[in-house]
Amino acid sequence: MLETPRQRSRLGMSRPAQVALHAALIAGSAIMVAPFVVMLVVSLVPTEAFMARRFQLAEMSLDNYLQVFKAVPFGRYYLNSILVAVSVTTGQVLISSLAAFAFARLRFKGRETLFLLYLATLMIPFPVTLIPNFLIINRLGWYNTYPALVVPGLFSAFSTFLLRQYYRTIPAELDEAARMDGASSLRIWWQIIVPLSGPVLATLAIFVFQNTWNEFLWPLVVTTSEEMRTIPVGLSYFVGQYSTAWGLLMAGSVIAVLPILAIYVVAQKWFVQGIALSGLGGR
Amino acid sequence: MHPRDTLQAPSPIRERRSLFRWQPDQQWEAYLFLLPSFLGLLVFVVLAVVLSLGISFQDWGLAGPKGWVGLANYRAVWRDPVFWQTFRNTAFYIVTIVPAQLALGLAMAVALNQAGRGTVVYRLIYFMPVVTTIVAGAIVFRLLFSTNGPVNSLIADVAALFGATVKLPNWLGSSTYSKWAVVMLTLWKNTGFTMVVYLAALQAVPQELYDAASSDGANAWQRFRHVTVPMISATTFFLFVLQTIGAFQLFTEPFVLTNGGPANSSMSVVQYIYQNAFRFTRMDKASAIAWFLFLFIFAFTLVQNRLQRRWVYYETE
Repeated sequence: MLETPRQRSRLGMSRPAQVALHAALIAGSAIMVAPFVVMLVVSLVPTEAFMARRFQLAEMSLDNYLQVFKAVPFGRYYLNSILVAVSVTTGQVLISSLAAFAFARLRFKGRETLFLLYLATLMIPFPVTLIPNFLIINRLGWYNTYPALVVPGLFSAFSTFLLRQYYRTIPAELDEAARMDGASSLRIWWQIIVPLSGPVLATLAIFVFQNTWNEFLWPLVVTTSEEMRTIPVGLSYFVGQYSTAWGLLMAGSVIAVLPILAIYVVAQKWFVQGIALSGLGGR
Repeated sequence: MHPRDTLQAPSPIRERRSLFRWQPDQQWEAYLFLLPSFLGLLVFVVLAVVLSLGISFQDWGLAGPKGWVGLANYRAVWRDPVFWQTFRNTAFYIVTIVPAQLALGLAMAVALNQAGRGTVVYRLIYFMPVVTTIVAGAIVFRLLFSTNGPVNSLIADVAALFGATVKLPNWLGSSTYSKWAVVMLTLWKNTGFTMVVYLAALQAVPQELYDAASSDGANAWQRFRHVTVPMISATTFFLFVLQTIGAFQLFTEPFVLTNGGPANSSMSVVQYIYQNAFRFTRMDKASAIAWFLFLFIFAFTLVQNRLQRRWVYYETE
């Protein structure tokens, strides 16, 4: 996991060097933030004024936002995105946790072979399974429904692998003591392993949530009607409709990114740890 | 006693012994624990892979399967100039995006690691694009790179500063520049990711190594080159492989920013798979392309695993 950044500078830099360093870091920050600033400004002021760089604060209005909400069911997109991301996250973490518990703590025939099979599935790139999964969803009659958006996301060899690696570090004495006391495996999983894995589960959950929330290709492929679209998909259709109505497009983008950015600012630590976690999985 | 207290003293010997104890009653329980995950992966990965192979060897269009055709789809893809164009575009994305992303991410991480005060704020900002919905990012970049957009006015301003006039590119409408717009968008979006991974790696390099190098008279560049770079080579390797595999599968960035245009000049392989499957309803050809993509990624991974021994340093070895 990430530590808090070191307080003292490693190289004991001189003052001019420090100033130069911070100048570079601030310039970098400006580049990273610029698209967000443009997004916000263009959503508030007339586009012509922005392009001519002559806009005034007095010209600001929320008209674009009102229009967007009239033209596009963003509320519905939100609802869909929240529903899908929450279901996938909860389901995937639970299902992966159960499987990881079996791999890490239980002894059964074929364990190593099965685990290798799990690892092998990690090598299959998403584009290979895209078309057959689309056909499977169609065959199940799930096209353009919530199960199509949720069910394939519930199963992850990666999450299973990640949790299994962590569960193996929890001392086996805990299980054995509980077994002496007559606890079932299910109870050991729920009352010993899960509580001891709180931070890892939370980090994984944020990681899965963020990926599901931003997922684009799969929801694009399995939905057709407006009321089934998630935020990224709805936004992409919105571009098709209003290709250069910049004010509206930017207002829509602000509406789309605001909640995930807000969650990120509040829970930065977990997001960043999620990345460290994904790094761990690749080793 | 709280279970957490025993965490302090794990006993490896005890754990190893218990691994070999045969407990038949655990068998069925284990299978039950695995069942949901196993069934899901069986359908959506294993069955999907088998189906995908099957589709790629059949005539499978709008009307569904119409019989086996052997390697005909693969041959058609191999002879399709658009496939090779999208392959070249994807290769272009890989060779531009991946090195730039690693270099920029490392530079940012090194700078951040030195920054002391303000590190958390910088990290917050650099990582913002990573959590942002890429579709929204692509929409802003459509404006930024439009003909009279901010990027072009900036270029014109800088040129005017030197008394020059430049012909401003029509980024998204030019088959030369459209790819570059996709590259910039991807770099903006992903560099924060490599930075965070590198930052964690940098913080794990023991301070003693730097102290020892300093007392041997190594300057800042030498310490970076001969301590930092080898110590984080495992991270570089991991990021290199992960980002390359990711770049092979680039889709949303060109899809929203340029729609692959103009004249397929920025279309990625995955976009071409999407187009074949869901625009032209040629599931057969799309599946064959997907398997070509798989082979490319697989070959890349194999070669990398061979090569890594030459330059990746693992502390445990």
